[in-house]
Amino acid sequence: MNTDTQTDRTPIVSVRDLRVTFTGGKKPVKAVNGVDLSVARGETVALIGESGSGKSVTLRSLLRLHPARRTRIEGRIDVAGVDVLAMNNRTLADYRGRIASMIFQEPLLALDPVYTVGAQIVESIRRHERISPADARKRALELFERVRIPSPERRLDAYPHEMSGGMRQRAMIALALACRPQVLLADEPTTALDATVQIQILLLLRELQRELGLGIIFVTHDMGAAVEVADRFAVMYAGRIVEEGPTREVIRNPRHPYTLALMQARADGAMEKGARLASIPGAPPDLANLPAGCAFAERCTFVQPACLQTQPDAVELGGSHRARCLRTDATAHVMTRAATHAPRPLTETA
Amino acid sequence: MIFYLLRRIVYTIPIMIGVAFFCFLLVHISPGDPLVSILPPDASIELQQQLMKLYGFDRPWYEQFAHWFWRALHGDLGTSIASGRSVSTEVMRAVGNTLMLSCMATLIGFLFGSLFGFVAGYFRDSWVDRVASALSVLGVSVPHYWLGMVLVIIFSSQLMWLPATGAGPGGSGEWAWDWAHVQFMVLPAITMSVIPMGIIARTVRALVADILAQEFVVGLRAKGLTDLGIFLHVVKNAAPTALAVMGLQLGYLLGGSILIETVFSWPGTGFLLNSAIFQRDMPLLQGTILVLATFFVVLNLMVDVLQTTLDPRIQRS
Repeated sequence: MNTDTQTDRTPIVSVRDLRVTFTGGKKPVKAVNGVDLSVARGETVALIGESGSGKSVTLRSLLRLHPARRTRIEGRIDVAGVDVLAMNNRTLADYRGRIASMIFQEPLLALDPVYTVGAQIVESIRRHERISPADARKRALELFERVRIPSPERRLDAYPHEMSGGMRQRAMIALALACRPQVLLADEPTTALDATVQIQILLLLRELQRELGLGIIFVTHDMGAAVEVADRFAVMYAGRIVEEGPTREVIRNPRHPYTLALMQARADGAMEKGARLASIPGAPPDLANLPAGCAFAERCTFVQPACLQTQPDAVELGGSHRARCLRTDATAHVMTRAATHAPRPLTETA
Repeated sequence: MIFYLLRRIVYTIPIMIGVAFFCFLLVHISPGDPLVSILPPDASIELQQQLMKLYGFDRPWYEQFAHWFWRALHGDLGTSIASGRSVSTEVMRAVGNTLMLSCMATLIGFLFGSLFGFVAGYFRDSWVDRVASALSVLGVSVPHYWLGMVLVIIFSSQLMWLPATGAGPGGSGEWAWDWAHVQFMVLPAITMSVIPMGIIARTVRALVADILAQEFVVGLRAKGLTDLGIFLHVVKNAAPTALAVMGLQLGYLLGGSILIETVFSWPGTGFLLNSAIFQRDMPLLQGTILVLATFFVVLNLMVDVLQTTLDPRIQRS
């Protein structure tokens, strides 16, 4: 989506061998099992996966939002050149919202119900900058104009429950951008919205990203939404990134059987009446009890005995496209034959 | 807002009439003759009937009610049979004393209850939580008249730090905010505060635990707020419910302090009710109950209005 002149190739986010284990229950739950991810300035990466794939856990680890007592985080996370896992509480609080900020799936739940939206933005600005309340409010107003909230002056004094869903998500985005962060973490920002509003929010995000040169990690299970905004796809399964590559490359030519199955399970516009929606048989593995081999093996149509033995390493497929699969040879031309399945951005120009 | 307020006030009118009617009826059907206490034991039948007529007890109950209610509307609650003084004066003085005591008790209870509740809610399932929870259960379940007596034994009889009974030196009845008077309030106020403390602590603990589990707390953390900043949000979210519970507790204390006031001989409404019951002093009894009921209704109204202003989500229409 971005031309190379806009994209600075030094990564603003770099995650190395991230492992997140929740230790609160009877058995430790391994939610993330060795994720490597890097995001350049001005780049949008979509983390795609179904519920429980570890995509939101990965995202929240970037702000260390998991309860410290019940979570073990290993690996290394660098954001804007700073080691996030080594921060003390004070530095961490300064970093959150200032360098990296987050927008949530359901703004009605993620905003404090008893403060006006404006007050929450002002609070955020004044937390990170020495600025008078009046100036902070002026900035909040500018932000509201920027995310195109109609009659922004009046909306600043509205409570979250007084706004519509799309408006709330715009306010959430304004809040996240309040301190001019370099990284925006979007946790399924359009899932709770209806289809027309989704598109508006996605377009807004893309526009803001271009203007502000943000690095965005966009977590979603909606391929269509991801295609709209992402430069790069990273598909997660059972706490690992199983396939990664440029958006176009991954959707045109998915090489991991899981990505392939996800593509085929999409309900596209051209479905015949009465046709059955393809689905992936079986269920995701128990994260407290992961198999020794490939986690997708038992649901995979390409499975071989070797798949059950060891974790497959990433196979380079050219052009920074890679997949963790032993059978990338078998998946090579499955999708090209049915290329009409691939989702296309609504706004793509030929 | 004004419209809402007016409507809430109008709603209280039928409640008040109902309360007045019921308290009249209850006193009327209870056994015992009010005149027994003022008549000499050897009084003649004629004298008895003369007095019955004088006080209006010979007429049917609905006439008595209408008469009493009409006078009550004009602020005249009649004359106490036992003391011969105006019921309004007696009740108002007692109300003043009780109000003072229960406000003090509620304040103490609210402060410590919130403190325990917040600590317990923040450090759930830690030893602090268990201690605070145990204290609040103890507060709710200990019989307070017993606690009152224990406190009197320790601080008045043994240590001789504080007076045991009364509301001021020399029984003058005039209150002043100096230590000579306030020391009389310490023990009854602490005894009384134990109930709201327990209830408020439990409420606040549940509230805080509930609020901390909500997504917006993660949102606040994600924008860089420190624990103190988040704490302020938790307080504002917990305040409407905590205040409502406090208001209701104050209401209960205004009417339900008979035992404590009797233990400490605190000249409040409970003490007055107690003596009115034992002396079969019907006008005094009815008047006291009516005034207490009025307080309860007004208090509820105030709590509702306060809650509406604090929590924007409660609809005003």
